[in-house]
Amino acid sequence: MEQEPAAAEEPGSPGARRRRRRRRREGRTRTVRSNLLPPPGAEDPGTSVAKGARRRCAGTQHLADNRLKTTKYTLLSFLPKNLFEQFHRLANVYFVFIALLNFVPAVNAFQPGLALAPVLFILAVTAFKDLWEDYSRHRSDHEINHLGCLVFSREEKQYVHRHWKEVRVGDFVRLRCNEIIPADILLLSSSDPDGLCHIETANLDGETNLKRRQVVRGFSELVSEFNPLTFTSVIECEKPNNDLTRFRGCIVHDSGKKAGLYKENLLLRGCTVRNTEAVVGIVIYAGHETKALLNNSGPRYKRSQLERQMNCDVLWCVLLLVCMSLFSAVGHGLWVQRYQEKKSLFDVPESDGTSLSPITAAVYSFLTMIIVLQVLIPISLYVSIEIVKVCQVHFINQDIELYDEETDSQLQCRALNITEDLGQIQYIFSDKTGTLTENKMVFRRCTVSGVEYSHDANARRLARYQEADSEEEEVVPRGGSLPQRGSSGSHQSVRIVHRSQSTRSHRRTGSRAEAKLASMLSKHTAFSSPMEKDITPDPKLLEKVSECGRCLAFARHQEHPLAHLSPELSDIFDFFIALTICNTVVVTSPDQPRQKVRVRFELKSPVKTIEDFLRRFTPSRLTSSCSSVGSVAATKSAHKAGSSFLSTLPNDGALLGLEERLGPPAPALASNGYSSGARGWAAECAAAREPQPEPEPEPEPHSEPQPQPGSGPEGELRYEAESPDEAALVYAARAYNCTLVDRLHDQVSVELPHLGRLTFELLHTLGFDSIRKRMSVVIRHPLTDEINVYTKGADSVVMDLLLPCSADDARGRHQKKIRSKTQNYLNLYAVEGLRTLCIAKRVLSKEEYACWLQSHLEAESALDNREELLFQSAMRLETNLHLLGATGIEDRLQDGVPETIAKLRQAGLQIWVLTGDKQETAINIAYACKLLDHNEEVITLNAESQEVCAALLDQCLHYVQSRSPHRAPKKTAGSLSMGFSPVYPPSTVTTAGPSLSLVIDGRSLAYALEKNLEDKFLFLAKQCRSVLCCRSTPLQKSMVVKLVRSKLKAMTLAIGDGANDVSMIQVADVGVGISGQEGMQAVMASDFAVPRFRYLERLLIVHGHWCYSRLANMVLYFFYKNTFYCGFSASAMIDQWYLIFFNLLFSSLPQLVTGVLDKDVPADVLLTEPQLYTSGQNREEYRPRTFWLNMADAAFQSLVCFFIPYLAYYDSDADVFTWGTPITAIALFTFLLHLGIETKTWTWLNWTACGFSILLFFTVALIYNASCATCYPPSNPYWTMQTLMGDPVFYLTCFMAPVAALLPRLFCKALQGSLFPTQLQLARQLAKRSPEKLSAPKGTFAQGHVPGEPRTEPSEQRSLRASGSFSQDCGSQASWHAQQPACSPEASGEPSVVDMGVPLREDTLLEGLSGQTPGASSRGQVVLEGCPGYSRRKPTSTSRAAPLSSIFSLPSFSSLSWISSLSLVSGLGSVLQFSRSGLQMGKRDGEFLASRPQPDQDLRGLSGQTTDCF
Amino acid sequence: MTWSATARGAHQPDNTAFTQQRLPAWQPLLSASIALPLFFCAGLAFIGLGLGLYYSSNGIKELEYDYTGDLGTSNCSVCAAAGQGRAPPPRCSCAWYFSLPELFQGPVYLYYELTNFYQNYRRYGVSRDDEQLSGLPSALRHPANECAPYQLSAAGLPIAPCGAIANSLFNDSFSLWHQRRAGGPYVEVPLDRTGIAWWTDYHVKFRNPPLVNGSLALAFQGTAPPPNWHRPVYELSTDPNNTGFINQDFVVWMRTAALPTFRKLYARIRQGNYSAGLPRGAYRVNITYNYPVRAFGGHKRIIFSSISWMGGKNPFLGIAYLVVGSLCILMGFVMLVVYIRYQDQNDEDEE
Repeated sequence: MEQEPAAAEEPGSPGARRRRRRRRREGRTRTVRSNLLPPPGAEDPGTSVAKGARRRCAGTQHLADNRLKTTKYTLLSFLPKNLFEQFHRLANVYFVFIALLNFVPAVNAFQPGLALAPVLFILAVTAFKDLWEDYSRHRSDHEINHLGCLVFSREEKQYVHRHWKEVRVGDFVRLRCNEIIPADILLLSSSDPDGLCHIETANLDGETNLKRRQVVRGFSELVSEFNPLTFTSVIECEKPNNDLTRFRGCIVHDSGKKAGLYKENLLLRGCTVRNTEAVVGIVIYAGHETKALLNNSGPRYKRSQLERQMNCDVLWCVLLLVCMSLFSAVGHGLWVQRYQEKKSLFDVPESDGTSLSPITAAVYSFLTMIIVLQVLIPISLYVSIEIVKVCQVHFINQDIELYDEETDSQLQCRALNITEDLGQIQYIFSDKTGTLTENKMVFRRCTVSGVEYSHDANARRLARYQEADSEEEEVVPRGGSLPQRGSSGSHQSVRIVHRSQSTRSHRRTGSRAEAKLASMLSKHTAFSSPMEKDITPDPKLLEKVSECGRCLAFARHQEHPLAHLSPELSDIFDFFIALTICNTVVVTSPDQPRQKVRVRFELKSPVKTIEDFLRRFTPSRLTSSCSSVGSVAATKSAHKAGSSFLSTLPNDGALLGLEERLGPPAPALASNGYSSGARGWAAECAAAREPQPEPEPEPEPHSEPQPQPGSGPEGELRYEAESPDEAALVYAARAYNCTLVDRLHDQVSVELPHLGRLTFELLHTLGFDSIRKRMSVVIRHPLTDEINVYTKGADSVVMDLLLPCSADDARGRHQKKIRSKTQNYLNLYAVEGLRTLCIAKRVLSKEEYACWLQSHLEAESALDNREELLFQSAMRLETNLHLLGATGIEDRLQDGVPETIAKLRQAGLQIWVLTGDKQETAINIAYACKLLDHNEEVITLNAESQEVCAALLDQCLHYVQSRSPHRAPKKTAGSLSMGFSPVYPPSTVTTAGPSLSLVIDGRSLAYALEKNLEDKFLFLAKQCRSVLCCRSTPLQKSMVVKLVRSKLKAMTLAIGDGANDVSMIQVADVGVGISGQEGMQAVMASDFAVPRFRYLERLLIVHGHWCYSRLANMVLYFFYKNTFYCGFSASAMIDQWYLIFFNLLFSSLPQLVTGVLDKDVPADVLLTEPQLYTSGQNREEYRPRTFWLNMADAAFQSLVCFFIPYLAYYDSDADVFTWGTPITAIALFTFLLHLGIETKTWTWLNWTACGFSILLFFTVALIYNASCATCYPPSNPYWTMQTLMGDPVFYLTCFMAPVAALLPRLFCKALQGSLFPTQLQLARQLAKRSPEKLSAPKGTFAQGHVPGEPRTEPSEQRSLRASGSFSQDCGSQASWHAQQPACSPEASGEPSVVDMGVPLREDTLLEGLSGQTPGASSRGQVVLEGCPGYSRRKPTSTSRAAPLSSIFSLPSFSSLSWISSLSLVSGLGSVLQFSRSGLQMGKRDGEFLASRPQPDQDLRGLSGQTTDCF
Repeated sequence: MTWSATARGAHQPDNTAFTQQRLPAWQPLLSASIALPLFFCAGLAFIGLGLGLYYSSNGIKELEYDYTGDLGTSNCSVCAAAGQGRAPPPRCSCAWYFSLPELFQGPVYLYYELTNFYQNYRRYGVSRDDEQLSGLPSALRHPANECAPYQLSAAGLPIAPCGAIANSLFNDSFSLWHQRRAGGPYVEVPLDRTGIAWWTDYHVKFRNPPLVNGSLALAFQGTAPPPNWHRPVYELSTDPNNTGFINQDFVVWMRTAALPTFRKLYARIRQGNYSAGLPRGAYRVNITYNYPVRAFGGHKRIIFSSISWMGGKNPFLGIAYLVVGSLCILMGFVMLVVYIRYQDQNDEDEE
């Protein structure tokens, strides 16, 4: 750890200061000094005070303070800056240009000031919006800036309250538990005796687990109060950067000693201090220079597809405008030419008497026409759309069905301008963990020593949670969607139904509420819901555990206590010990910082030196036994008295004194003295405990039922783990009364049945890494005093590291059997979608350990490639393992994920899953969430090199192409090169060919994304129904998204929750972040943040659709509205006011209301008929065609609106405005009627808006026409409106013209509506006709079942009934699996092994291949045999089958789909190809089940049966 | 413990009809079945209205005469020929004789009509100064720039009224004579020249400048008449209430027409024996022919027209209503056919 700073240190440097100066000159590092120090001048007499002060200024000036400022404008800069930004929009510039054109007298059409009005209005609206946004930013900044924290004050010599914004670099900040860290702080002191501090970084990277931070080396010994005043060291570190995972620097003490600083020393702004009473640190980076803020890039501007198209159409409009202006200019020129020579009376010559040349006149006319016809360009379009989008965003935010009660979070729209893109998505790229799954691990089942414990009760318990959740869902929408029936009434009835279901429903609601409450109370712990904590133990296993506890209790003082156990029991014992201690789980009590009050029997650090080892491993039985005795007594007394352990200690003071004595010296300094001290104390302790009665022989305190976890004092314990799996395992162990009580960095205390508290000395922890895929702990066993290694890791890895067992002796054979059994169970777990972990153990002899320790210590102290050496050291330790068992942990799917995926599929969306997980897990989850279906072919691409990848792609393409035209699947098996292990069973030729799925791993993906292959890859991927990319890096994720986006020109959506999804979210057209579990990073990058995956469905299908259709219609309407006017010479018959304000005032409101509120199809219909979504994907509502059709219609309508008044007033004494005003009125009525035709839902708001528009028009007209007789040149419509109101012809034209104008549209619409109704129209009809029909299917959806599986419910009920007989079935089940030859570890583990990049594997792989191909080809025969067998077995009773299905039915699985998934086992990890299509789910499934537990039946035959018999 | 009883989260959205977009709404479905009655109803209503309008428009009588004098079609051709090519056309008068076989139902309005006269030409239309016309003394002295080139006279005097519209004031005049018996003397029919302008124009918009020493002429001192005018604006009429800017002919003219073919009210016949209309007999209209329109291919017409509740004769509205109405009916029938076939299909589908 010392190397790097040491290397940086120059040899001859005398003091820190010179170096500091040099550094500053370099400008690449930052130097931080304590602000409490007097100016350096005083400290260093050599430099003058003035110089020192100046230097100090220079030192602090460039450092940002902690004030947060995210606002864009200040009061002064707002106007110019905002205007400047607004003029980036071309339309604004255009309109200002037009308005300015009015100032030229020769061409002006309107009063110049008036012409500016709309532009100014638009600018003002936008400016106001910006101002408001900025203000809200300012407010939130202000709030954050005024958070308080404790800062050490030089004047008062103590910590005082300061606002965050006053914190400066170099300040000392004291933080207490659960406080948020105000700046990037270097940890200098912690109340934790080990100098540790736990922080939660959820705000930063979203990981809810606790991270450990360590006091800077050299300060950790200062357990007593750290005094900032004495801190004179100087910290040198790198410049602020946004890399959260890196921090480098060094601290230079006064003595000239240097110590390195790493990210373990840095507390990042935005994180929360947990489990630590108080910490003190010095601020290194503040404000905008903190890593958190440097990482926050803020919302980005994305332009929606619709907007792009709209812009294109606006350009068309401009073109149209120019054409019309040109046309009229030419016409005008000709006209002028014609009349000028004739000296007509109405000709107005130039002021000098000469007449205007026709060409000049034409040019003038052209410009004037542009002004007059500016209405053609929708000026308010942009503003209106912005308003509509803001409203839509508001509605999306407010949607109660997108609100997650559990996390109390609703959907957040972070990008305001792409709402309608939600309606056009074609591809969804999803992350897996945390997005599809909850990232809540639940212990499901385990196998120990080859025996499977299926934990049925546990499964049922989980199913109950599931049900409770779906019930909940059912209630909410029902209450929401049927308001007219009186929502309270319906709730009431539902509630009554719940109650009538007595206990069950009580449990449900209770559990749900409990879970909710728990999650609300303790948001800071990831692992807190009772669903995860309360594991129902398997009775058989529980029995065995307590039995072995009893045995051990008897035998504990004998020489080899474990030897008295049967191998199975000893395995079980070890298994649970491993579950309990082989992790990094921290034990805490809720609401309290990590207790300082701890029983510290030995204050030892992990073994640091060989001497240490030797010293420690000399006979020390006494200590350990003493400690265990003491602890048992303590817990017992604690049980009895119900008070804490400490209070029962007779020699409190002695202990405290000891603590004090032991505390200050660092372990490295005084290991000698203190270990002797510890020994002395141990003796003391033993002496103190002597009079206590020995508890071991009498089991009476423990024979009575153990206090349920959660009721006793230890129920208060809370486990905080780095990964949820670990916590799941610890909770599982606790369910078996094997409770992790305490963990220090050198010892672990475990509470065991009958044995009481055992304290294991923790020698080493070899942490988890993704290459080794396992973690180990080295402990000294208190009972045997042996050194044990417990390893926990991925099955594929651990299975290879087991001690090779000879086939000769019985023991070896037994081991082998256990292994193969375990492997089978592992496969079974994998099929169920469980995450599997293998638990193994190794007993080290002292010599072995010493040997290993030597090399390990060498590795630890190595200068370069330390990581490598440590890795190798770990590899050396983790060999020759003894397999204990395996666990299956369920990463529970989020609620409704399969349904959502099914719906999204139906909606025509392609779903790709991009995950960093391993292939097997990913595939299992994909099956679980119905992304992959068992009757579809799965193409797996695992390529080792570029060439292979190319070949594979070619082959797959061939296959796909040959398959698609004539549906004759070709067997390409065997001919493929290594890596691609195709086991294509002869897929049956069915009427509907099975669809394809593609699974590709990260490495192959890298090849496939190369330039020359990407087209092929895309082509292949396009053919597939779903694509699964495993082991992909964040970069690859974004590359895939980019590829699809650019090559397929498709709208893409990326959804993810973690930091690894950020790049993908940013690249996609629409990025969605999950705001639930994993915190903020993805959310920060996203455009929308949803609490749950299932909300995506509603977001896309309902809101996306609505937004799209609303906006599309609105845009179209705008264009329509603006093409309305027909040019007429160059003088406007319509008054300038009407012309200018028409768009802005009179006709915009109804349209806004429609744009905001219109629903073409109700939400529930959209949800039940997801295929309606395709209309948005195909952009049916807004296409070039519709645009031009609309324009044509508008042209027609404008002609009607022009010519009807024209003819009506032809040959009359009507003046310009008496004629123009009716036209305006007609235009308004036509607009409104047109809007009426287009509006699908009329709420009172629509009516009001329309009424308001008409009213406003007439009011404005009347007031304006009456207000001033001589104002408003050049037009002067004085009293026109009033006169018109008395003229019947006005009313008559106003009545007829709109009708005539809209006749064709109405006619066509009505005809189309009945002759060729679109899907949407049909859906609307459906919704209108039978609202009750819709609610029925909705109910089934809400229960969490896809409509295709109505059988799930009954089978589950049956399972509950028949659960008594399951054990027997389970046995047969197990034997059946054991005889399955294809499932050897090699065969199934292959692809993941290949990932490891070990070249050796290729041989075995090929072997496996060759071994498999004949199996595949022999399949046909098996099938042939299977069929008659099956028919013969038909009469078998179904009652026996039912429990079987129940055993394996996952909560979200139907029994049938699970069964078909069993066939997966044979080809797991290789090419899977199943065609179970046409499989009818009728009564046959029971019969089919009956045929399963035939011991002689090969699994392949079974799978063949599934594929072929039906 | 039901879900509704649990504490509401801080971020929970309001569950109101508005925020959840559940406002009660009327959702019309545009299809044949709905459009069908709509079309028929609208069609019938329109046809009814159209018939009414048509007949009431047909009840209006119009009598018009083109006195432009092209190609010797009338006795005004002399005047027309005389005015040909002469800058201020010489004073000339002609007459139009007609006879009414029966009573021309009153009230009768006398219009003149110009064709091909683009009063709506932009440069022409803006060439006026409303402030000057409203009698503002400052504007009288300093006409607006829009009036150019009729802003200042050659002598540099401000023109009052300025602008091209005023300059091109229609200056033909008519008088109507009635011969009760054949061969009898022509009696002049009193033409009511007042009240032909909009009330607001005459009373509010157009005002004479304040009199100087009680004289309008002095008020206009220092201004020049428009170049085409033979007399200054204060001599337009002898009636002090009808001279200057508030001369009704002038006011009517200044209200620029919307279309190149327009008529303007010249007088109403409602006095004496003629209040009920023009009785049968022979009539003569004396025309002073001043206004040159032949140069730009325009025509001048004189029109007698009676009036009904809906204004002047306007057959178009009635016809338009009839056409639209019948279109509606036609579409309705198409709809009906569609509806019947569609309905069958639908039934089949449902079965």
